[in-house]
Amino acid sequence: MKISRMQELLDAKVLCCEENLGKHVYSAFGCDLMSDVLAYVTDQAVLLTGLVNPQVIRTALMMDMVCIVFVRSKVPSDEMLALAKENGIVMMSTNKTLYNTCGLLYSNGLVGTSEVTK
Amino acid sequence: MSENLTFRFNVEGDDFTSAGQASVQVKKNLRQLGLDSEIIRRVSIAMYEGEINMVIHAGGGTAEVNVCEDYIEIILEDHGPGIKDIEQAMQAGYSTAPDSIRSLGFGAGMGLPNMKKNSDTMTVESTVGVGTRIVMRIMYKEGCV
Ligand SMILES: Nc1ncnc2c1ncn2[C@@H]1O[C@H](COP(=O)(O)OP(=O)(O)OP(=O)(O)O)[C@@H](O)[C@H]1O
Ligand SMILES: [Mg+2]
Repeated sequence: MKISRMQELLDAKVLCCEENLGKHVYSAFGCDLMSDVLAYVTDQAVLLTGLVNPQVIRTALMMDMVCIVFVRSKVPSDEMLALAKENGIVMMSTNKTLYNTCGLLYSNGLVGTSEVTK
Repeated sequence: MSENLTFRFNVEGDDFTSAGQASVQVKKNLRQLGLDSEIIRRVSIAMYEGEINMVIHAGGGTAEVNVCEDYIEIILEDHGPGIKDIEQAMQAGYSTAPDSIRSLGFGAGMGLPNMKKNSDTMTVESTVGVGTRIVMRIMYKEGCV
């Protein structure tokens, strides 16, 4: 799914890297636990989260994620914005909850990261 | 590449906001070297997990990354409390992290298993009251350990 399409669906405010709205994401991962993001995300994905701290951006960067959507109207700090900008990671903020954000994207064709196998 | 390239970092232990900065820098350096993106990703994940561990469990430490001919080596050393039972610590889900760490997005007990998963070799040496030393190697190609 194109990042610009996600932005429309979520009625989200783009916070940085507008020039990358044309990029695609191939899957999504929604959670507030960075430990899980580091363990399970596999491909060019979008992170949907309500957690706001610099490790969110660093985690996304380590995982080669191209977009972060903050749910429940959360807004990142200037330090977080600077780091995302430097690395071309699109950041957006939506007033929707995590559950509704995931539901909207899923029902419009964006699948999750593949099932966890033990 | 006959000369190894080495990057060294001090990882501060008193400030969680800066945790992960060394790994961000390593990723940048490796990208500049033009290494394969899958290798960079594995190094990034392994080092980041280890760096976060040094901050939350050991009060900081040092990180060294050696770019060698056949592999990248990550050496993490700290003078924290050490790990009593390494086998137990390596189990997915085992964590001694307090709730304050969990509210920051960490402490699920996934780090050490994830470091093992993303490296080709990993050794953990730890002495209670002395510290922990972890060495991980990520090979460019399979079979050149
Ligand atoms: N450098 C270290 N010094 C002392 N203890 C450590 C160190 N690294 C890990 N440990 C111990 O091993 C446990 C498991 O580590 P692991 O990285 O797997 O999980 P975690 O850090 O608790 O949570 P997560 O990595 O999912 O955020 C930790 O909870 C801690 O008790
Ligand atoms: Mg950990």
